[in-house]
Amino acid sequence: MNGAVDLSLIQVVSAYIFIIILLFIVRKRELNIEKEIIIATVRMTVQLILTGFILTYIFKNPNVFITILIVGFMEIFSISNIFKRNKSKLSIELKNVITISMLAGTLLSLLYFLLIVVKIKPWFNPQYLIPLAGMIVGNSMTGISLGINKLIDGVTNQRDMIECSLMLGATPKDACKSIIDNAFDSAILPTINSMVGMGIVFLPGMMTGQILSGSLPLVAIKYQIAIMLGILGSVSITVITFLNLGYKTFFNSRMQLKREG
Amino acid sequence: MFEIKNIKFKGILDIEHLIIPEEKITSIVGESGSGKTTLLKMLNNIISPEEGEILYKEKNINDFDAIELRRKITMLPQNPVIYKGNILDNILVGKKFAKSTDYDIEEIKKLMMEFSIGKDLNSPADNLSGGEKQRLCIIRVLIMNPDVILLDEPSSALDEKTEDKVISYICNYVKQNNKTLVMVTHSSEIAKKYSDHIIEINKRS
Repeated sequence: MNGAVDLSLIQVVSAYIFIIILLFIVRKRELNIEKEIIIATVRMTVQLILTGFILTYIFKNPNVFITILIVGFMEIFSISNIFKRNKSKLSIELKNVITISMLAGTLLSLLYFLLIVVKIKPWFNPQYLIPLAGMIVGNSMTGISLGINKLIDGVTNQRDMIECSLMLGATPKDACKSIIDNAFDSAILPTINSMVGMGIVFLPGMMTGQILSGSLPLVAIKYQIAIMLGILGSVSITVITFLNLGYKTFFNSRMQLKREG
Repeated sequence: MFEIKNIKFKGILDIEHLIIPEEKITSIVGESGSGKTTLLKMLNNIISPEEGEILYKEKNINDFDAIELRRKITMLPQNPVIYKGNILDNILVGKKFAKSTDYDIEEIKKLMMEFSIGKDLNSPADNLSGGEKQRLCIIRVLIMNPDVILLDEPSSALDEKTEDKVISYICNYVKQNNKTLVMVTHSSEIAKKYSDHIIEINKRS
């Protein structure tokens, strides 16, 4: 198969017509979000152009330290994004648990994927490692965020149930079991749903990208199956690690539920 | 059995010295907000005083394994908590936490009758009335066979007749089995009628 058809500058610019249509609709309906749309469009354009130049340089000059640095940056960005976007105030202990869980889940899955599944050489080949890390880290970030919300909501709204269980001699783990189970289900469900609809409801981004750039569909599908399983593994490890360590931060050494506030 | 020395908690409780005797029925009375429930929770080690100490069998309560202690000194909270599942699952929840399968189904059925819960053990616990839920929670504590039973307003959702029947049963059970009962109650009549020992806590101004 041939490679993707390159787009000329004019062709790319012509795609901005969709933004102009959107702005026209927004103005007509007096929605007052023109500024946000323009900022988002400019940010997307500038960020992607910069990323394009950076990736071109990195792919041409593969370097283990720069590649690790980029993966590290992705981790820091995703972890700080989890901290910022969470609606509840996170304790220092819970932030530490989130950091440990994200690093453990994503790095273990990524290394397994690179060394056992794809077996690329060199192992840090940025052309593979960076997009794979992006997908694994991004999906784990979404999964753990759902898990955090559910765990905090559960412990906050079911204090009476947890305290009653403790009064009856439950361990903190037993007292939180239903909350932990529910949080795990909620965190893992979007990944499961996307697997169910894959190939029928939508064609995933990585596969579409590979096909557009000239890969055979069957090759693209093999990669997509592998990465979906890798994502599921990473989200599961991240969320399980988080929940198994996270519930403990709500209890003190005397197995008492910490007071709110 | 319990000795409380100079405990203070968040400006709610300030008790210099207090003894709760073994194998007796003790009632804690006092107006709302005086810290009765807080004191009961401290005996169950669900919360700890900010200052002072609580001794159980002459040993600081914090020196016991918290989980094991709560299986011996078991507390019933004021608001009944119902878990997912049927009535039997709910009665056995404490046993399940202790990983114990040692229970007598006939004893449970007898308690259900004594406490006037005329429902099948397999029916959903969620469908019980408020009073029935409260009685189910009392059965849940009794079936665990703890040495000390801590009850927080055990009859708040019960009518006068059922209240008398339930409290009378619990007190007889405690006496016959040499247990210790500490009960928070709003009713000075119940306290006078059934208790060997009454503790009155006053609200701190």
